[in-house]
Amino acid sequence: MGAFVGKPIKRREDARFLKGAGKYTDDLKLHGMTQLAFVRSPFAHAKILSVDTSKALQAKGVVAVYTAADGCGEFGVPCGWQVDFKNGETMREPVHPLLAKDKIRHVGEAVAAVVAETLEEARDAAELVEVDYDPLPAVTDPEKAMSKDAPLVHDQWEDNAAFDWCIGNDRAEVEAALAGAHHVTEMEFRNQRLAPNAIEPRSYISDYDVNADKWTLYTSTQNPHLIRLLLCAFVLGIPEHKVRVVSHDVGGGFGSKIYHYTEEALVTWISREIGRPVKWTADRSEAFLTDAHGRDHMVRAKMGFDKEGKILGILSDEYCAMGAYLSTFAPAVPTYLHGTLFQGVYTTPLIHLNVTAPFTHTVPVDAYRGAGRPEATYLLERIISKGAQEMGIDAAEIRFKNFIPPFDGVNQEGYQTQVALQYDSGNYEATLKRGLEMLGYEDFRKEQEKARNNGNGKLLGVGISTYIEGCGIAPSAVVGALGARAGLYEVGQVRVQPTGKVSVYTGAHSHGQGHETVFAQFVADALGIPMDDVEIEHGDTEQVAFGMGTYGSRSLAVGGSAIIKSIEKILEKGAKIAAHKLEASEADLEYADGKWTVKGTDKSISFGDVSLTAYVPHDYPEGLEPGLDFSSFYDPTNFTYPFGTHIAVVEVDKETGKVDLKRFVACDDVGNVMNPMIVDGQIHGGIAQGVGQALLEEVIYDDQGQMISGSYMDYALPRADDLPMIETDRTVTPCPHNPLGVKGAGEAGAIGSTPAVVNAVVDALSHLGVTDIQMPLTPQRVWKAMQN
Amino acid sequence: MIPSKFDYIKASSVDQAIELLDQHGWEAKILAGGHSLIPAMKLRLNNPSILIDISGIGELNSITEQGDEIHIGANCTHKAIANSDLVQKHLGLLADAANTIGDIQIRNRGTLGGSLAHADPSADYPAVVLACDATIEVQGKNGVRSVAATDFFQGTFTTALEGDEIITSIRFPKVSQGNYQKFYQSASRFAVVGVAVVKDGNDVRVGVTGVSDAPYRATAVEEAYTGNADAAEHAVDGVEVMSDHFADSDYRAHLARVFVRRALEA
Repeated sequence: MGAFVGKPIKRREDARFLKGAGKYTDDLKLHGMTQLAFVRSPFAHAKILSVDTSKALQAKGVVAVYTAADGCGEFGVPCGWQVDFKNGETMREPVHPLLAKDKIRHVGEAVAAVVAETLEEARDAAELVEVDYDPLPAVTDPEKAMSKDAPLVHDQWEDNAAFDWCIGNDRAEVEAALAGAHHVTEMEFRNQRLAPNAIEPRSYISDYDVNADKWTLYTSTQNPHLIRLLLCAFVLGIPEHKVRVVSHDVGGGFGSKIYHYTEEALVTWISREIGRPVKWTADRSEAFLTDAHGRDHMVRAKMGFDKEGKILGILSDEYCAMGAYLSTFAPAVPTYLHGTLFQGVYTTPLIHLNVTAPFTHTVPVDAYRGAGRPEATYLLERIISKGAQEMGIDAAEIRFKNFIPPFDGVNQEGYQTQVALQYDSGNYEATLKRGLEMLGYEDFRKEQEKARNNGNGKLLGVGISTYIEGCGIAPSAVVGALGARAGLYEVGQVRVQPTGKVSVYTGAHSHGQGHETVFAQFVADALGIPMDDVEIEHGDTEQVAFGMGTYGSRSLAVGGSAIIKSIEKILEKGAKIAAHKLEASEADLEYADGKWTVKGTDKSISFGDVSLTAYVPHDYPEGLEPGLDFSSFYDPTNFTYPFGTHIAVVEVDKETGKVDLKRFVACDDVGNVMNPMIVDGQIHGGIAQGVGQALLEEVIYDDQGQMISGSYMDYALPRADDLPMIETDRTVTPCPHNPLGVKGAGEAGAIGSTPAVVNAVVDALSHLGVTDIQMPLTPQRVWKAMQN
Repeated sequence: MIPSKFDYIKASSVDQAIELLDQHGWEAKILAGGHSLIPAMKLRLNNPSILIDISGIGELNSITEQGDEIHIGANCTHKAIANSDLVQKHLGLLADAANTIGDIQIRNRGTLGGSLAHADPSADYPAVVLACDATIEVQGKNGVRSVAATDFFQGTFTTALEGDEIITSIRFPKVSQGNYQKFYQSASRFAVVGVAVVKDGNDVRVGVTGVSDAPYRATAVEEAYTGNADAAEHAVDGVEVMSDHFADSDYRAHLARVFVRRALEA
């Protein structure tokens, strides 16, 4: 271990964030910049009979008004992942137009774009655009969308299915195992729809330079290079080398800023039309209506057990909403990011998952923190606890009976699941043992019994969740075979300046993760130089050679590994220069503490001197190129598999159903840890979001497709006082297949925590015969569960 | 989140504010703390063409003891009320209710008069004003008048205020025994149910907010009260109970009974 890796070093970027000096897209004001406001549909499903922009065009300050009839109507944003039907039929992929043409398919879909000198003028003029709609019946529930009489989201197909899909063992084999099981536990629930709620709303500025015929797109994205590729090659048909995409500071994404959105393409198109920069920033209402949502799976599942509580098989049938159009990664979420996790941490011998993915009259659904894995984990961790409850087995004990035994992926092979993946390394029982110890599980059960009998109206419950997830996305050939239309490698360039200072360019993108600190920690250690000598650059396609962005907890595992590859090249070339200067053989040199030393002597040369020599190559190895600057692509050989145990303790007010989260214990294993403070922060934030899903959050559409939870008056996010002090610990099982041994920590909290909280509430009410409650567990739902 | 264009006048006296209100009629809105009005304007749900800002009128800022009453100026913020020694001493339930409103920023800006005039059916103060049997002092172009709390609230966002009137102060009789109990809506933190109880010997007054389209005195509870909390069963007698996705009418009625009982027992 070096001087920095593994230390809780404070985040460098926080100085500017805490001072309000971050550089977000909406902070930029370009010369001659115009402002855009949208006219959005108040209906979920309607024919557009006419759009009259004449009054808006006359309004003060208006530069232009566009509708689908104005050229931009021919463009649509693409989907980046193809999942075909089980019968071989190609995935149904509707055009997702930049502005709606003939038909509206969700509330908030844009019909017209008004460009004006100021935002106020754009807003006022947008109110003058007259749209005549013919409203049609809508369907927002994924299961109802597949009923025979459901209104069609896209008329060209006979039903609303975008695709269907299955994974695992033969269905009949799984059904036979369930039929022969000692006990079968059934569940039916909706993994409810969530709004991502990044603190910075989406914001785009396109600046078209007429003289150079070049664009600069400033965008709040997690994924600048992919946005450029999609925008240029798949939407507008403009040359990629003519577009620079910049995403400086981005205020959170949770997945919602991975995707290429219609507004992003439209501002780019408009800026060339008007020859001026144009800015659009979503307000919070627009964010609720137009940011890709998460989850929304309707699940019916069965798990079979033998009489000891060993799992014999699991079968799940799910309807997973796609929304009105296919967002960038949407088809991957309920399939390859979901079904492949059905093994969980258990030796379940037979698994079958069947997914139907319908279009609905809602905003598109896509990856949201965890993306498919929280849904898989929720099902597994609820159904095993429900099975334990029904069979009278302790929730911890049933897990110990079913765990995959420890394996490190080096001395023991990786674990081959029934659902395509091979786990890299894991010691699942260790995190549960530690979690139970942190909680004081035995004592808790006594306290719970006492609370039930003391008549103060408060019921205590404990819930366990032992999760696994797949991160480090992803081996390109593997995902390519599964339908991905992109490679998922990462790029890391290390440019040593003549003075020995180091600029690192990463294709990963920080929108709150702390790359500038963590990446500098391991780079400084690998080179044996101070952290202050290392600068991390990201988020600009003209600085960074290429990149695939940040999501799926991939930055360190994939992006960090690419940087390590470049550092290896730097040190290899540096050794040649050092050997020349020291008049020694390369084989006799060792590199440590920022210098090459001839082994067994005091002859050495510093990293800085070697760097200077590389750029002032007067006395230099023959045939060696000057310079010290390497770029590497890293394509991982496998996913990474973080895991852990989350335990929640709740107190339920018997009279009101209000759940009070009293304790939250998390023992996670994310492989090697570069910065424990940042890992703790990620775990804490993830847990807050997972608790939000368990207890508070839900996007609700009514029967007409109106969103009735479209503001913070009606959509409940977790607040500081909803959460206890989170108690964290870790075990460390390094990833065997990447150079840093890291697995990723960005999503674990949101994946592990949700079922722990729900299990705890059900446990609190178990003596009343309660075995399940639908999320979010609002006081009303909990109270009603107690009444039945 | 950009409101329509509007004019803005900062009034320096109650007389001037009333004159402006009379002059501009329904086109005008009174701006006090602005924590309900401004969000509605940003969403363009409310588009007044002129705002008359009364927040600078010093005469509406006082909290004074007048014999058996505490008089609170309409411009007093939730924070000023919660922190006032007089209120804490003689109207503890009002201080408690003020402390449950929104968050620190809202309590620093929002005012008692603004909240009462806005008449959100889930606002906290109305329950207290009703339970205290307070009197709302209003002033309009025809002079001043006093409105009993029970006559003031007429429905959702509807009060006894005439178009040219503003609230100037609220007269609260001192309370020796009372309390406010609230069940929070998890998103907005308004009251799903808010219950204020004032006890006066064997008599009790019960104000309820959040349950119906207007706050109300739970007179059935008051009549049935004989010193124990069983009367709480009558919390929603004769009341049409609201329903939304946080609390349907069954659950809300149940909560009303629970919180009336808790307030009676407290």
